[in-house]
Amino acid sequence: MYKIAIIGDRESVLCYKAIGLDVYVETSFQKASKLLNELAVKNYAVIFIIEDLYGKMKTAVDKYMYSPLPAIISVPGKKGSDGSGMAAIKQAVERAIGADIVN
Amino acid sequence: MAMIKVNPTRMELTKLKKRNKTARRGHKLLKDKRDEMVKQFLDLVRKNRLLRAEIEDLLAGINASFSIAGAAMSVQALEQALCYPKQEVFVDAVTKNIMSVNVPVFTPKLSGEKNDIYPYGLAFTSGELDRAVGGLASVMPKLLELAQTEKAVMLLAEEIEKTRRRVNALEHVMIPEQEETIKYIVAKLDEDERSNTSRLMKVKEMVLERPSEKA
Repeated sequence: MYKIAIIGDRESVLCYKAIGLDVYVETSFQKASKLLNELAVKNYAVIFIIEDLYGKMKTAVDKYMYSPLPAIISVPGKKGSDGSGMAAIKQAVERAIGADIVN
Repeated sequence: MAMIKVNPTRMELTKLKKRNKTARRGHKLLKDKRDEMVKQFLDLVRKNRLLRAEIEDLLAGINASFSIAGAAMSVQALEQALCYPKQEVFVDAVTKNIMSVNVPVFTPKLSGEKNDIYPYGLAFTSGELDRAVGGLASVMPKLLELAQTEKAVMLLAEEIEKTRRRVNALEHVMIPEQEETIKYIVAKLDEDERSNTSRLMKVKEMVLERPSEKA
């Protein structure tokens, strides 16, 4: 059985605590990257990261991009979506096919 | 065109022809694999797009509710209300095989009561908080589905890229190279044979001429 974690700023992640996720409050991307590396070897299958933090710690996230677990997913925080999640999908399509042909 | 350096012998020719046949077969198989993977990939991408758009919409609403709750309540009260969750979420992760790519499948496992997820008394909290927590609880399965599809998309993208490279390498490098070499060996062998024939003809001529000299 695996656990789920969420990393992000206080206001964005506090709410997730109520529904039983493991909440880690972190705003500096260096610390968050370190935290991510720690969580990745622990028993976490899914790690959600608030979008603006996710954007800053791309190098740490990319390390786990192609391993089956954990799945590291960006979710919009209190500032709302900045479209980076969609951009990541677009990037994957371009990588696989050469051009973004899906609308 | 580049060629493989080989001795132009019959043995090499047989060997090369065999390898060429294997390469062609491999190329066909890989191409089929790539096509099917792209098909599955595009389905997943479409699903992923829809799911993400939906979730981003829902989360925007939840975050708005939560912000209002945060404004109506003090920070301490808010943290106090949320710090002892009633339920815990676990996920069961099994792997599914899509065209020999192992992608995870998540199934949520909730511990605790299903109907009562609110970890606080209703007296000292804002109604918006209930809305945010309730909304989040209902979005959770979708979030896991998003995690699952997004991971699958990433893993498939990588595998497709790899397969595409292999297909291209076979199609544009290995197979032409082998064919060129086969052609070269065949030409060389034919040439040798022709030169041999003409040499034999010459020898025969010389042999035929000899008795007439003696006579």
